[in-house]
Amino acid sequence: MTASVLPEAAVPMKRSRLRRSFGDAMVVTERNLISYVRIPESLFFSSVQPIMFVLLFRYVFGGAIATPGMNYVDYLMAGIFVQTVMFGSINTSIGLAEDLQKGLIERFRSLPMARSAVLAGRTTSDLLRNIVVIVIITLVGFAVGFRIHTNAIAFLGAVLLMLYFAYAISWGFAYIGLSAPNSEVAQLMAFPILFPLTFASTAFVPSSTMPPWLRAFAEHQPVSLVINSVRALSEGGPTARWVIPALIWCTVLLALFVPLAVWRYRRTA
Amino acid sequence: MSAAIEAHGLVKTFGSDVRALDGVSLSVERGTVLGLLGPNGAGKTTTVRVLTTTLVPDAGSATVNGFDVVREADKVRASIGLAGQYAAVDENLTGRENLRMVGQLFQMSRRDASRIAGELLEHFELTEAADRPSKTYSGGMRRRLDIAAALVHRPPVLFLDEPTTGLDPKSRNAVWSVVEELVADGTTVLLTTQYLEEADRLADRIVVVDRGAVIAEGTSAELKADLGETVLDLGFPDPDTAERAAGLFRGSWPGGVVVDGSLLELSVDSGPSQVMLALRDLESAGIAANRMALREPSLDDVFLSLTGRRAEITEEES
Repeated sequence: MTASVLPEAAVPMKRSRLRRSFGDAMVVTERNLISYVRIPESLFFSSVQPIMFVLLFRYVFGGAIATPGMNYVDYLMAGIFVQTVMFGSINTSIGLAEDLQKGLIERFRSLPMARSAVLAGRTTSDLLRNIVVIVIITLVGFAVGFRIHTNAIAFLGAVLLMLYFAYAISWGFAYIGLSAPNSEVAQLMAFPILFPLTFASTAFVPSSTMPPWLRAFAEHQPVSLVINSVRALSEGGPTARWVIPALIWCTVLLALFVPLAVWRYRRTA
Repeated sequence: MSAAIEAHGLVKTFGSDVRALDGVSLSVERGTVLGLLGPNGAGKTTTVRVLTTTLVPDAGSATVNGFDVVREADKVRASIGLAGQYAAVDENLTGRENLRMVGQLFQMSRRDASRIAGELLEHFELTEAADRPSKTYSGGMRRRLDIAAALVHRPPVLFLDEPTTGLDPKSRNAVWSVVEELVADGTTVLLTTQYLEEADRLADRIVVVDRGAVIAEGTSAELKADLGETVLDLGFPDPDTAERAAGLFRGSWPGGVVVDGSLLELSVDSGPSQVMLALRDLESAGIAANRMALREPSLDDVFLSLTGRRAEITEEES
């Protein structure tokens, strides 16, 4: 096209398999983060919804909900945090469904890069995104009267647990994103999964007023266990009885979803 | 030395009944261009996807640059570049970021990848737009970026999947120049296209596919030679009349007889006397043609005579 000649290829770096997989995942992570920064609307609107939930439950429903031994706003925030990172993991499936739709996955698959990098990069960038969202929601919580009644270290533990949970869930959503015909459907597929798990839980109301069958589900499902852990770590009370099963759940989900998503990625046509 | 691309009996079925590839075999010599020609849904893209390792065939085998596409997929991936309608650039990234990302994924250091990105942007006249998100690019610029991304590691084998579909003539010419330049440099190119003009201009050899199978193969000249020397086009007021006229010639005419809408196309081998014969037959049957032309056969005629359909009448891609 021009007088200039095409550049010769550079010599590839000699790296171990592990360093290569890690390096490739970082390149994909950076690429996803650039998109998030360049389309701030995405982060903005995914923060708006939890903020509206905070206001709704704090000021509209909250007065009518009895939470023994605790202000409702302190009870509420653990639920909001976990709901927010769970709904945030929809981004993982939307992002992958879009990459698939636009032919980017096809490009990646034709490159001699680690097969795990697209999924590892996507889930890592969504983890970083969740950190930003948690900071925003914490600040909003403080503004409406939320207080930590334990200490900063315990609260940090709560944040790490919710991030670990969100990370495990986002691998499940990676599977959904790769299975959906397009990003709109990927989004729609998420709600029937997320809705019962978030609302039939201890997120917004104590389980004591639920009918027995629902109560049994709500008290033992992983979302409630994570919420109860976060609540105990930020507001006080026994922690081990919630945190240990929550960690086990997160680890089991991760061990289940990672191979499932990778398998789906390999056989996605 | 073996061929740069070699495929034997590739079969790929989607679902239970869509046989996208039904035994495709082809071979591309090093440093040459193969044009894979056919309508949408013929199996062109599926062939490319198998050869670029993104799809595993149900049966058959293929090598690219001497490596097996299934067993040595990573070595194939290191030897190829892929550009075209289905392998895209990231529209949120700038041109420079896109090329750097691809370089890094080819295990180049960030510094090398950045340097090569800059050089490629200059070569493809994208320097001015280098730091704008690629969604702001025109179709032609995007396609150039796409091809640049396929060239980051100077692959010996390049796959271009419908590289000019949807481009204006000026951009199309620019893409053609790039391909010619690469071939002059020794790159092997497999190019799929629905445009006969494109295959005619770029390809050393042409493989015509339809419904997942190879239906003809040869140089552009060879394919045209099969059709005879000249084509006589006769235009009629409506398709019915054209069909009635075709009835006069079917079975008795020494060359091909093809009806396309209200146009009747007759292959003419033995010169003016044969044309006279055709016109006399029409006159005695009382059928009046309103237009007549004599022309060289095009690849479009090749396709039409092989399949009974025009190449550019498209079906839904599966």
